[in-house]
Amino acid sequence: MSLLEVTGLRVAAADGRELVRDVSFAVDAGERLGLIGESGSGKSLTALAIMGLLPAGMTVAGGVVLDVPGLGRTEVAGLAEQRLNALRGRAATVVFQEPLTALDPLMRVGRQLAEPLRRRRGLRGAALRAAVRAALTEVRLAEPDRIAKAFPHQISGGQRQRVAIAMALACEPALLIADEPTTALDVTVQADVLALLDALVREKGMALLFISHDLAVVSAVTDRVVVLKDGVAVESGAVADIVRAPAHPYTRSLVASARELDSALDLAP
Amino acid sequence: MRRLTLVSGCVLAGAVVAIAVVSFLWLPYPPEDTSGGRLAPPGLPHLLGTDKLGRDLFTQLMIGARIALGVGLGSVALGGLLGVAAGLVAGFATRWLDDTVAVVLDILIAFPTLLLAMLLVAVRDASLGSAILAIGLAMSAVVARLTRVLVKRVLAQDYITAARTSGTSWRRIVTEHVLPNIWPTLVVNLALQLGLAVLAEASLSYLGLGPPPPNASWGRMLQEAQATVLVAPVGAIAPGVLVVALVVGVNLIADGLRDVADPTRRRTR
Repeated sequence: MSLLEVTGLRVAAADGRELVRDVSFAVDAGERLGLIGESGSGKSLTALAIMGLLPAGMTVAGGVVLDVPGLGRTEVAGLAEQRLNALRGRAATVVFQEPLTALDPLMRVGRQLAEPLRRRRGLRGAALRAAVRAALTEVRLAEPDRIAKAFPHQISGGQRQRVAIAMALACEPALLIADEPTTALDVTVQADVLALLDALVREKGMALLFISHDLAVVSAVTDRVVVLKDGVAVESGAVADIVRAPAHPYTRSLVASARELDSALDLAP
Repeated sequence: MRRLTLVSGCVLAGAVVAIAVVSFLWLPYPPEDTSGGRLAPPGLPHLLGTDKLGRDLFTQLMIGARIALGVGLGSVALGGLLGVAAGLVAGFATRWLDDTVAVVLDILIAFPTLLLAMLLVAVRDASLGSAILAIGLAMSAVVARLTRVLVKRVLAQDYITAARTSGTSWRRIVTEHVLPNIWPTLVVNLALQLGLAVLAEASLSYLGLGPPPPNASWGRMLQEAQATVLVAPVGAIAPGVLVVALVVGVNLIADGLRDVADPTRRRTR
């Protein structure tokens, strides 16, 4: 039985336009699945539908089932807000693309990170402060004490995304959804953050749903991919197979353009 | 530069506050004392002279400071409390309720404060309470409209979605994220409203709708001095100067607060 099972997911905008059409996939415990597609292909909406957090006005149909040990099997669609909230964080949580806007600009970083630690582990006072420090150290942030006291605008983009990752990990979810977690970062920072995410998810045995438009990034961290185009899943399979023998024209163009960029590097003197 | 604004505002408004505080402990003459004779010129023993009934002008001014601040702070407390509460409800409400509240607020804002005050005075009586109620109610509509817009803007931010994906409860989202983020703008606006409330109280008293004698009010002092302004100009100038000092002072504080209240605009490190 899978940790997350999405069957025939449909998301429609308020005006009736279908943004996600009949998307199905499953993620097993500890497995890593990539969701790849261009912007507007419905990747992020799929993630929000899993969390039961679609913007007001959007309608969802089809099944999203989370089956987390200790929480039981739960159908997300149509679940009451209160029960959904109990599920969020523990069953799954999200790391967003832009860490500057995903962190509260008026709250010190340490306090934001303390919130999930307080709620999930029931820590208070000195123990909570120590846990915040440990969580910041875990995401390889030097000077955890300075970072904890800083406001989000006072630290760099890479540091902010590390904080966001620490906050997501603090929830100890069974499934981590990473929605373009490295897109807003500098390329050199991107590699570091990716390696960190990869290592921590492996270490904690979490499942990972990695959303990106970048085939190279997705293939570096995931085992299987689902390719989305205009809200439809056009292809899915093991990363190696997809890269070696893409079937759908869109996937072929994805692979070709990734290769082209790669070979440009090889040709460089 | 900003600091200078805040400091000069505090000096101006602080002087009026000091006068009001002293008035509770010490007054040059009892408010009803008319022993100085009518329209005595400034000098000794009456520092600013007396009015047409023989009351000491300086004493009247000091009591007027008390009334101006009392009505100002009272109506800001009332208007702020009602306004923020209504704005929060509207900001979180479903589309239908929100639209209704928005229309009601627009009607309330279009309703002239003076007319509302006259209605209240007709129903109750001309008193300190009526003045606070009238000004506070009129203010609450403006504050509610602002709060509603601010709440909606904050709720659309990524960090709210991020907090929800980790399972933070609505109650905590409001107290930890929404209120702190709307607070800087709100506090500046409330300070501006305090200035407007002082002006409104002066207008109401000028029209005879404010707190009745023996409470001296700057607005009524202006009105009483009007007939003798050519013979004894101090009676009109003195309350006028104090109204301007208080309102300008409060507005300068509002301007200076903008930076202090918002850490992202503070210059640090």
